[in-house]
Amino acid sequence: MSRDRSIRRGQALAGWTFVSPTLVVLGLFLAVPVAMALWVSFTDWNGRGSPFASGIGFVGADNYRELVGEQGGLTRSDFMTSLRNNFFYVLLVVPLQTAFALFLALVLNQRLLKAVGFFRTAFYFPSVVSSVAISLVFLFLFSGTGVVNSMLDAIGIDGPTWFNDSRGLFHLLGDGLGLWSTADPPSALTGSGVLGLTWWQWISGPSVALSVIIMLVVWTTAGTFMLMFLAALQDLPVEVEEAARIDGAGAWGVFRNVTLPHLRPTMLLVTTLGLIGTWQVFDQVYVMTQGGPGKSTLTPAYLSYSYAFDNQKWGIAAAMAFVLFLIIFAMTSFQRFLFRDRDAIATKRAEKRTKKAHANAPAGGAS
Amino acid sequence: MSPVSSPSRRRRTSLVALALGSSIALAACGGGGFEENGSDEPASSGDGPAKLQVLIGSSGDAETQAVQDAADAWAEESGNEVEVVVANDLAQQLSQGFAGGNPPDLFYVDAGVFGDYAEAGNLYPYMDQLADADDFYPNLVDSFTLDGEAYCAPKDFSTLALEINTAAWKKAGLTDADIPTTWDELQAVAKKLTTPDQAGLALSIGRDRVGAFLVQNGGFWVDAESGEATATEPSNAEALEYVQSMLDGGEAVLAPDVDAGWGGEAFGTQKAAMTIEGNWIRGAMENDYPDVEYTVAELPEGPAGKGTLLFTQCWGIAADSENQAAAVDFVEAMTTPEQQLTNADAFGVMPSREAAQADYVEQFPEDAPFIAGGDYGQGPVNLPGLGPVVADLDSQLEQLRTADVEDILESFQKNAEAELQ
Repeated sequence: MSRDRSIRRGQALAGWTFVSPTLVVLGLFLAVPVAMALWVSFTDWNGRGSPFASGIGFVGADNYRELVGEQGGLTRSDFMTSLRNNFFYVLLVVPLQTAFALFLALVLNQRLLKAVGFFRTAFYFPSVVSSVAISLVFLFLFSGTGVVNSMLDAIGIDGPTWFNDSRGLFHLLGDGLGLWSTADPPSALTGSGVLGLTWWQWISGPSVALSVIIMLVVWTTAGTFMLMFLAALQDLPVEVEEAARIDGAGAWGVFRNVTLPHLRPTMLLVTTLGLIGTWQVFDQVYVMTQGGPGKSTLTPAYLSYSYAFDNQKWGIAAAMAFVLFLIIFAMTSFQRFLFRDRDAIATKRAEKRTKKAHANAPAGGAS
Repeated sequence: MSPVSSPSRRRRTSLVALALGSSIALAACGGGGFEENGSDEPASSGDGPAKLQVLIGSSGDAETQAVQDAADAWAEESGNEVEVVVANDLAQQLSQGFAGGNPPDLFYVDAGVFGDYAEAGNLYPYMDQLADADDFYPNLVDSFTLDGEAYCAPKDFSTLALEINTAAWKKAGLTDADIPTTWDELQAVAKKLTTPDQAGLALSIGRDRVGAFLVQNGGFWVDAESGEATATEPSNAEALEYVQSMLDGGEAVLAPDVDAGWGGEAFGTQKAAMTIEGNWIRGAMENDYPDVEYTVAELPEGPAGKGTLLFTQCWGIAADSENQAAAVDFVEAMTTPEQQLTNADAFGVMPSREAAQADYVEQFPEDAPFIAGGDYGQGPVNLPGLGPVVADLDSQLEQLRTADVEDILESFQKNAEAELQ
């Protein structure tokens, strides 16, 4: 017995030794910086010297109050504008990129398709090219006299000045449907609001400039997610599909009742990664728009960067980062909840119930 | 060049920065280690030769080379060592240095961020140690003064002036006598120059252009001396309304309206017959639009007299630097009238010393309208903590043509007061 325990102890020691390099690296480059940033978000540190030095003032939750409270003023309306922009961005990018990736994967998974390798590489290509390089190409494509507008011109459409256009798509849509006029927005919406923005500002939708970034991101990320879907699709045994077909299911029925349920774990992975990535969008904004025009491409990640490095407001910048973290955490948890396997849960509950019933059954009773 | 003047400029700068960044990173991998191993001298101390680190935000190879040459000459003469590093993101690299307690000894500080750096205690005030410190343009020194203390020496400056397309001017039947000297004349010639394909005047968006009209009307966004926001003074609203009336009449346009990133692009592509830009437009015209002939005039006088905007950077010395004495000596050498004229020749900036003005005008007579602004120009908003407030102002000024001028000024006033109290 004692000998057995000492062997186990040796195993534990060896185990810790093996993981220690990873633990040290993770701790040094992840846990410690996160803890430091958390501390900074509670101070008025101005970026000079160590944030732990004696002269640094602890301000409690002041920085957070600045972001969401009445006294925030411009800081609050900046932050809320960035959250609004990012919300519409996520709302469009995640479903679009997931659907697009799934579509590409389904196309590639056709057994009749020739040159799968070529198409796989072609679709995946945007994902491996530097996002900065792609952003630059888009800047030229979508300039006022760029390729896109020339093509629109050819079919008789007068294209917008994309990156200079801060009008919201929902505003324009409402205008087009005759719900309101953007030149003279309804006073019911402009007169009141919440958290530093009027209702009219909240419902603007992504601006024209932001929608270019949306297109870019959908195009570049779909390739990566396509690979994930493709891997999952190739895991699906042909026999299962054939069995379903023999049972009389059509193509849509097979997709709806066999393929999609099989893809559920991948779907969770793709949407979760998509959600996290889109809430953290930074490089495209940094390279292409710096938050403009009219702050309509400002995102929390870029705003936090700008408050810290351009304006030396480190405490507020760190607080923004942590609010962003909370938002991502909450949304991801909610998503996990939505994607939970209801069948598995039901089976588990049923099992529990039967066990209970057995235990409660009188001794000697039939099992 | 001094200011970040427009989105497209900024974009282009970041491209260059990124490109430079990667090459610097590679270069650093290759060479950095050897030097450190090679020299056995103490890094820095009071008696031994100092080793200065200089971090610059360079406008290009010409500037880098000029600074490098001047630094080498100084190192040779003083027996110190200098390492000139070109930043790919100056703000970020400085922040890292300040936070880590090992900032570069010397670096460029833009007047717009000076207030924040000085307030945080990152800058070493050394103006009182410079010989001939009162020879710098007072308006420039004011841009680097916080709470009555002058911190650092302006290395050079730029001002705004009126650029006029010569061909369009002649075609509209205008002569040298018509060069506008008042607001009314400016509007009148802009109207005459406006054709279906060409606006009379193009302005870059943001406070760094329309601000000149505020100065000409005796106002400005803030009063740097008292540290108060003054945006709601009636003179400011009048100035903005004047610009708005030109935008409204169609004789003036904002650069994005004619699909240009900044005024210089609208001017170079001849979508506008006049623009208001700084002397940095010279390089752009020479490289991108060599066929467009133009003349430069001082900005017209407003009701309150002459006014323009100044853009400048200073030689900041880190408060945490161990080589402050050597650094001051370095600044001294870099800001002599002779050195400033060399720089002017090399990369087109204007000397910050009044002693160099006469020589400069002699050397570059066509730049006289620019340098004249040194006497009456107004530096940028440099009060600490106002970064997001002026960014918000710029964002609102994008809509200047249709916006309510009073609303813009009031929201700036409110935001600035909240920050300055």
